[in-house]
Amino acid sequence: MEVVDQEGRTLTFSIGPQHPGSGHFRLIVKVDGDFIVDVKPDPGYVHRGAEKMCEERTYIQNIPHLERPVIFDSSGILFPYVLAVEELLGVQAPPRAQYIRIIMAELNRIISHLYWLAIYGIFLGHSTMFMWPMGDRELFIDLAEAIGGTRVTFSYFVPGGVRNDLPPGFKERALKTFSYYEKRLEEYDKIFFSNPMFLKRTQGIGVLKREDAIRLGVTGPNLRASGISSDTRKDEPYSSYETIKWDIPVRKEGDCYARSMVRFQELFDSLNIMRQALDLIPEGSVKIPMRGQIKGKVGESFARTEAARGTMFYHIISDGATHPYRVKISVPSFRSLSAMPFLLKGNHLADMPAIYWGLDYWPVEADK
Amino acid sequence: MSQSIEKEELLLSSIKDKFGDKVRELYVNPKRIKILVDRENILNVATFVRDLGFDQVISVGGTDFPKEDSFVVDYHLIGVEHEDLKKIIFDLSTKFPKNEPKTPTLMEVWPSAEYHEQETFEMLGIIFEGHPRMERLLLPEDWNDIPPLRKEFKLPSRLVEHGSS
Repeated sequence: MEVVDQEGRTLTFSIGPQHPGSGHFRLIVKVDGDFIVDVKPDPGYVHRGAEKMCEERTYIQNIPHLERPVIFDSSGILFPYVLAVEELLGVQAPPRAQYIRIIMAELNRIISHLYWLAIYGIFLGHSTMFMWPMGDRELFIDLAEAIGGTRVTFSYFVPGGVRNDLPPGFKERALKTFSYYEKRLEEYDKIFFSNPMFLKRTQGIGVLKREDAIRLGVTGPNLRASGISSDTRKDEPYSSYETIKWDIPVRKEGDCYARSMVRFQELFDSLNIMRQALDLIPEGSVKIPMRGQIKGKVGESFARTEAARGTMFYHIISDGATHPYRVKISVPSFRSLSAMPFLLKGNHLADMPAIYWGLDYWPVEADK
Repeated sequence: MSQSIEKEELLLSSIKDKFGDKVRELYVNPKRIKILVDRENILNVATFVRDLGFDQVISVGGTDFPKEDSFVVDYHLIGVEHEDLKKIIFDLSTKFPKNEPKTPTLMEVWPSAEYHEQETFEMLGIIFEGHPRMERLLLPEDWNDIPPLRKEFKLPSRLVEHGSS
């Protein structure tokens, strides 16, 4: 914490950029006593220039570096990339690969939500809720590792399918983990989500009304917690999501509590989606064979998917070369930036962690 | 994909009825509409498109086309409150010469364009007139070079000729 400016009643200081609980990011906060009167987000400390890097690498070379901004949801950020490239190539992944992609994307959603939950626990002073999700997250990392070969960044989605098939015995192992974990989630509810401490710190705090949520452009769980039923998996189904049945969790309150409960419900939903995907998955190949350097047709394509934090969107322009001409990535965290000052102003400084991390803002993702 | 594009055609014709040849249709595909307007008309067209129900900006992308000596700015829009519109991505684009990299901000129409426009300003040097913060966002404070997403900016380590392969 560094004091930037002091004038009369108000005091301006900066929180961060050294890791205020997440990646490197700074909030310049102006307070009057204990009340926040102004906030300016200052992102960019972990900007890598992913979009520029894409222009200088081939379609395949782009896969590993595109995962880096969102390592906890690495399949989430790759998913629309491969869909957009497939559209340019005029191919579609085989049905088996589509279901494997669903499984991997949902595993990543759980891994990402559990990381969020662990940090939220510690932000609110509940250290058990740090330990449990961090420990249980390993179960899902192990499952993802069994499929993708590494723990965090898998480079598993490739244009035309996925790199390899599921390992033998995966279904049994996964189903066992899911039923164990569902019981754990009930314990989470008892110790944290129904805990008076948690309720007091989150209910009625940082209220984002329906119209503000739309106006400020938030997405994903933050949008659904403000009463809007919008989920890309339903709005524009991709990769066979249309064959899976579940309800989008929507809450009307728009406060930190609602945002947490939407994410909590999504943990159950992801387990449910993966169970269905494991039942529906057909036999067959997992990748369309492609030889040599792939080249997109001259033109452009858009693709969006529902990543853990919301809509992940790609706009790829191709001039027919082996490298994309332009890749525009719109990440969900970047879209929370407008909401952050809006929600923090007028609140107690002590509520800042609850509001900030309640948005599940991931600086590395936002900076790209 | 053999999906119907009735809804998309209907939306487009309502825009064309209102603005005539000020709006150029680039394409209509299932769940995708792309139009091109001049920057002089973009504010009016944007207001009309918003009133049709496209209420959120998902992304603002700028692209440098040195061969045509122009910049293109794309606003990607969805309507999260409307069952039909949230299925569609609407691309409102505008094109202008590189020596006058200016276009009006659409923040009044869509406040959600705020940070996206600021990022496009920083990465391409396109000035969004009326935007309150045309300043550095993601690049280092001591960045002292041309905007990096312009094609003239080459990463020294990798020089790739486009269109040559």
